[in-house]
Amino acid sequence: MTMDSLIDIAGVRHSYRTASGPLPVLDGLDVQVPEGGFVAVVGPSGCGKSTLTRLVAGLLIPDAGEVRVHGKRVTAPRSNVGMAFQNPVLLEWRTILQNVMLPLEIVPTKLSRAQGEERARKLLALVGLEGFEGKKPSELSGGMKQRASLCRALIHQPEVLILDEPFGALDAFTREDLWQIMHRVKAEEPFTGVLITHDLRESIFLAYQVVVLSGRPARTQFVMDIPDTGLRTLEDLYTPIAAERLNILRHQIEVAQGRVAA
Amino acid sequence: MKARQVLVPLAAVALFLIAWEALVWVMGWPNYKMASPTDLIPAYERYWSLFLTMGWQTLWRTVLGLMLAVIFGVALGMVMGFSRTMRDALYPLLVGFNAVPKATVVPIVALMFVGWHDFNTVLIAFMISFFPIAVSVSIGLSTLEPEYRDILRSLGASQATIFWKIALPKTLPEFFGALKVSVTLAFIGTNLMEIVSPHGRGLGALFDSGKTNSDYPLMFAVLIALAVLGIVLYYIVVALERVFAGWADRTA
Repeated sequence: MTMDSLIDIAGVRHSYRTASGPLPVLDGLDVQVPEGGFVAVVGPSGCGKSTLTRLVAGLLIPDAGEVRVHGKRVTAPRSNVGMAFQNPVLLEWRTILQNVMLPLEIVPTKLSRAQGEERARKLLALVGLEGFEGKKPSELSGGMKQRASLCRALIHQPEVLILDEPFGALDAFTREDLWQIMHRVKAEEPFTGVLITHDLRESIFLAYQVVVLSGRPARTQFVMDIPDTGLRTLEDLYTPIAAERLNILRHQIEVAQGRVAA
Repeated sequence: MKARQVLVPLAAVALFLIAWEALVWVMGWPNYKMASPTDLIPAYERYWSLFLTMGWQTLWRTVLGLMLAVIFGVALGMVMGFSRTMRDALYPLLVGFNAVPKATVVPIVALMFVGWHDFNTVLIAFMISFFPIAVSVSIGLSTLEPEYRDILRSLGASQATIFWKIALPKTLPEFFGALKVSVTLAFIGTNLMEIVSPHGRGLGALFDSGKTNSDYPLMFAVLIALAVLGIVLYYIVVALERVFAGWADRTA
């Protein structure tokens, strides 16, 4: 275990109980995320990536191995986590501002209501939703809902941000918009993040480390570091080095799918 | 509310009454076969005080039965919505109970609690109307997307918090949809008992006395009075729905 990891997942094994016996989904999973780091987890469909997010959030307890956040073993949900999913799950009866402020009603917070609202407005402005605070979710596009969902995940200043394919259902251009917004948010509101994705370009554009999981039951198959060389732009995705990284990751996915030998 | 929203339904009702009057007139039906709207006016003039007292009887018993149905239906729906085991256990019972025609239950209940006319009537109104509410609440709760739960659970929220903040409000549109069905069902229940019970009260009893005395316009007048009460109660539910679940209406 490396001492400077904020999130430390070591030797995790987990099975789901099904009618036909236990179904192992994770077996030998190791992921370390340093404080302020951002790790993308990619892998074949159904390999247990979402199980990983639920373990980090404390919604699931692993059968074996451990998940530690700040050196403390995760055994139950703690309020230091923010989550965003592919489905933005905004509450339709609340305004965008009220939606973003929802976690403040649950986690213990030092912020007064006015301070909380100020923070929510600041986050919404940061993701380009200024002027939409009083709208209902049904009045927003898919990309805008996802941005609001991101603000909700960050409002209580969580130590860990878990993003489970948050951009998966968006069109390509909206997705690229959101990638750039993510970089802006990270600069203003530092967080330690785990991103689950199917999109290799997304993984190398957003993360500083990409972890490839094997097919089910998943173990850590491959780890690629993406050095932080300052502000990333979409043009960076069309450089030879990006193409080379994508090729390596593509190959690793094919190995994970069992289509080619390592 | 715009004037259009009031005028259009009123015009539709007026057209309906005119068509009814014309049909009876063209066919030359006597009032014991089919009374016309103009036949009803004398009936209302003669018995207006009876219509008021009997209408009130029917209304309060229906509303009370409905309120009990809401309380019991929501409680049952919650139990079935949150517990898979309870859902498996209770659904067959509930469906079986609902499948029994209430017209056959009415004489049984009337005998069981003979003399307790108010109680009987409220009981039947309740029995006939809780089913849609229980089913809608249970489906609303059991189909809550897991992500909604996860968002709150990952913050350390209790089951009760998840229920109040998410599950309950999210189920309200389905609940009100069911309540609209239950309103009309509750009226059926109340009237079944009022008609069957000897020395009953309420519009159902007035209908029965019209039958006994061969006062056919009175019988039709009761039907229309019931329809009016049903419409009033229905729109009260619609108003409540606007207040509590207006967010689900996308047409605005």
